[in-house]
Amino acid sequence: MEHKTSFFKAIKAVIWKDLIAELRSKELVSGMLVFSLLVIFIFNFSLELSPSTRASVTAGVLWVTIIFAGTIGLNRSMAVEKDRGCLDGLLLAPVDRTAIYFGKSIANWIFMLIVAAIILPVYSILYNHNVISIGLVFVILLGSEGYVAIGTLLASMAVQARTRDILLPILLFPVVIPILIASVKASNGFLIGVAFNELTNWIYLLAAYDVIFTSVAFMVFDAVVEE
Amino acid sequence: MKSKPKWLKILDIITIISFALATLMVFFYAPLERVMGAVQKVFYFHVSAGWVGMLSFMIAAIAGIAYLIKKDSKWDLVGYSAVEIGIAFTMINVITGSIWARPIWNSWWTWDPRLTTATIMELVYFAYIMLRQGIDDPERRNRFSAVYAIVGFISVPLTFFSIRIFDRTIHPVVIGSGDANAIGSFDMTPLMLQTLLFSILVFSILFVDLMWHRIRLGQYSNEIEELKLRIQD
Repeated sequence: MEHKTSFFKAIKAVIWKDLIAELRSKELVSGMLVFSLLVIFIFNFSLELSPSTRASVTAGVLWVTIIFAGTIGLNRSMAVEKDRGCLDGLLLAPVDRTAIYFGKSIANWIFMLIVAAIILPVYSILYNHNVISIGLVFVILLGSEGYVAIGTLLASMAVQARTRDILLPILLFPVVIPILIASVKASNGFLIGVAFNELTNWIYLLAAYDVIFTSVAFMVFDAVVEE
Repeated sequence: MKSKPKWLKILDIITIISFALATLMVFFYAPLERVMGAVQKVFYFHVSAGWVGMLSFMIAAIAGIAYLIKKDSKWDLVGYSAVEIGIAFTMINVITGSIWARPIWNSWWTWDPRLTTATIMELVYFAYIMLRQGIDDPERRNRFSAVYAIVGFISVPLTFFSIRIFDRTIHPVVIGSGDANAIGSFDMTPLMLQTLLFSILVFSILFVDLMWHRIRLGQYSNEIEELKLRIQD
């Protein structure tokens, strides 16, 4: 008789746990949010975001902001598990370990999307220029999925290292460059008003990267948490 | 302490002789390229070093997979040794490339897909080394570096692909069809091709020799670790 909780039920439980913990503490999303607003302000002064420059750099600014904020979120979300011994508790649970991986990834993905959902309107208001479009939202969905897929894996490695405060960005950034390039290019296309069907190549590419990174992370995650 | 195996001694000698031979071939056997002149000679070792860099990182990824399956620390040693050697050769590849680029492209560096990818690849493996240094428990360190060697090796070609799609390259592709925009491209004469193939062979031998030495070194350092632990007990 199999007493294992079903795979999807386990994923749902992990996501739910993260969402409730976040709802009570509000430290992750608020931290990411304040941080990303600061990044936008720093960009504003360092790049002199006048209307002419903005046309070419908006996609880059948005993605750098999302990715930096994402690093903070990933580090925090795994560090919480590690510090309070929750990770051991999770691992002791009689569920498939990849369910834990997917649960954590999807929770991190949700947090990144919440932050993006606030940043985009704020950016639009600050620069009096609507950047929100279905295409851009779609790119952010795909791009951040690939990012958290590999980020959750590497963050769970980084928090177990002695140098964990500096390790995550160093491990993560060189590896997610393909996703970043495709995301920035596709976002830029949507921002300057290129038609959707001309950018489908970038969308397909992003989707392919998402599949590759998610499946690789899924396959090796067991090796990262086994003790 | 075992003395150096006989075959390793022989391999050392073969490596030294063939390396000297390759150097002589580059300077005296291969003809001078008509347009670029002497600086084009860097090409032979540039390509060979790049090949060894790629080969090392591929071996590191394979050793990573083998480690995750077998959990045998000898695979970790193979992977770590390959990464160290790969970093050195990729560095040689990038530096010789810059030496070639300066007179031909009139710049040490361009944001070309190949150059950018090679350097990002180097950064991935710097991160690999930093990851190893950050973890004290050997078993965990082995597991994590195996995972990262696999992830890194998968990401590098994707990076190249992404950059390549939207950028025209000026990097010459000497073997196979090159881009029409390439600067510094040339047709290889048979003598040049022979020199190139021989250089690649010599660098591959050098790689095997270095791997062997590095793995032996790693085995000794593991032995020392064990002896130290025994003294402490």
